[in-house]
Amino acid sequence: MNPANIIPSPVSMLDFWAILPEAFLTLSACILLIADLFIPRERKSATHWLSILVLVITAVLVWRNGQDPTLYGNAFSGLFVRDGVATLAKFFILISSALVLVYAKPHLEMRGLMQGEYYLLILFSVLGMMLMASSGSMLTIYLGLELLALCSYALVAMDRDNKLSSEAGMKYFVLGAMASGLLLYGMSMVYGATGELELSGIRGAINSNMQHPNLVLFGLVFIVIGIAFKFGAAPFHMWVPDVYQGAPTSVAMFIGSAPKIAAFAMAYRLLDSALGNASHHWSDMLSVLAVLSLVLGNLIAVAQTNFKRMLAYSTVSHVGFLLLGLIGGGVDGFAAALFYSVTYALTAAASFGVIVLMSRSGFEAENIEDFSGLNERNGWYAFLVLLIMASLAGVPMFVGFLAKLEVLKAAVQGGSLWLALIAGVCAVIGAFYYLRVIKVVYFDEPKTKEVLVAPDDVVFRTVLGLNALALVALGLFGGPLISWCQRAVAGI
Amino acid sequence: MISLGHYLALGAVLFCIALAGIFINRKNVIILLMAIELMLLAVNINFVAFSTFLGDAAGQIFVFFILTVAAAESAIGLAILVVLFRNRATINVEDLDSMKG
Repeated sequence: MNPANIIPSPVSMLDFWAILPEAFLTLSACILLIADLFIPRERKSATHWLSILVLVITAVLVWRNGQDPTLYGNAFSGLFVRDGVATLAKFFILISSALVLVYAKPHLEMRGLMQGEYYLLILFSVLGMMLMASSGSMLTIYLGLELLALCSYALVAMDRDNKLSSEAGMKYFVLGAMASGLLLYGMSMVYGATGELELSGIRGAINSNMQHPNLVLFGLVFIVIGIAFKFGAAPFHMWVPDVYQGAPTSVAMFIGSAPKIAAFAMAYRLLDSALGNASHHWSDMLSVLAVLSLVLGNLIAVAQTNFKRMLAYSTVSHVGFLLLGLIGGGVDGFAAALFYSVTYALTAAASFGVIVLMSRSGFEAENIEDFSGLNERNGWYAFLVLLIMASLAGVPMFVGFLAKLEVLKAAVQGGSLWLALIAGVCAVIGAFYYLRVIKVVYFDEPKTKEVLVAPDDVVFRTVLGLNALALVALGLFGGPLISWCQRAVAGI
Repeated sequence: MISLGHYLALGAVLFCIALAGIFINRKNVIILLMAIELMLLAVNINFVAFSTFLGDAAGQIFVFFILTVAAAESAIGLAILVVLFRNRATINVEDLDSMKG
């Protein structure tokens, strides 16, 4: 064995500055784990506010670290990467997770699930996502992914006395573990063909005069399947609707938002940083996944009566759009996909927030008909639903439109005009079921005349309102965020 | 002489048995958990074989991490299984069908 491969290069102080946000999050999560034991059940909102505080401070640290160019590059002998994409992805992972915590509080209180476990599992899965966004080696990608996945399995089954919740947890666990197995099998093949675990080393080893090009291709198939499972792209989307429907709403809104950004970061690391020289192979595979996701997601969503299941199939179709950006490739393509994942996470969090808004203890507003005549019961909340649905549908002026436009542009520039055409048709089909919700809200007869009383939580109502309005603001003035994404991917 | 190809073939066979165990098995959730473990072990055989033949220790270090994560994974899987059994009094895979559409 070559001793040079065993002895690591010395670790410098800069390496520790580079992981400062992660280190802070880990330490505070561990402290909170102990502190939560001493917080009595009726005062659990202390855990809630502390968790949000931890997420916000970590976001500030990520932001400050991002301003410091000396920290850019590799840390810990290439295991950890600090670049623009990592900073941007981590920042929005933290922001959308904090949003989810705000939206979850009224729901957890209504369902009697207000326990420390929820907050700690979320903090640790955020740590996993941050690790995925910054990973420089297949080892760190795997560890980050598993930290996220193991926490999510436990979260989905958190509502212990609910049959649907435990069934969804079991399905999510089996399919998620299988996806990790497939991804690992692919990684082992790539490792065998290149002799490298580090992503930049793999990229350097894949060239025209390598010994086993087919071994890389074989591994690539498994890696793409693993990524598709984690994204929830058709035909590997079976877990998505069951998890969205079965998991408590406060958990489904977490799984539907921030992990999409982390999945993008993982796909970017694996497909571009490591396997960028085989892009003509994986872009063909992703095209098949994108077409299937767009068509199946939109068509099946039309037939749904359960609001959460409809959102699940809508996620599948949004993943199809996101994949268009990856297929387009290049700085513009990856920047468009990054913009899509970030804005989708914000929109998804708000769309689940609306379910919490409508729910009361003993009643979950999960069917579309529960929204009928919302306008007569509370005009402002009906308006919020209108904003969120219009953004999901991609109506011009909303951020959903801008994000779709960017990925379509990237696909056309990448030479996949036919994909862009299919996506355009599917966006029109998709508009039908989002607009149906708006129709139900504004033009159907309400089942009850009583005025809707939202959860008595000022922070929740304010943040939800601001989040919905931000979807319009970003749609009108989204330029800076798009150029931030482009600078991040280009490495400026 | 046992070559790299033999180890990879063993890994591939174990991997296929694991996949078959997940998709063909319709009776028992515990068999699903066993199949998942088997799948990770197949990957470990691949990593160890490549690591030895490439003369690079990194692959074997990866295996330690996989083994550890696999232990945590089965702990969570069994915990979910206990909750599932308490709620439904069955661990038959075919009975996990209350959500459709």
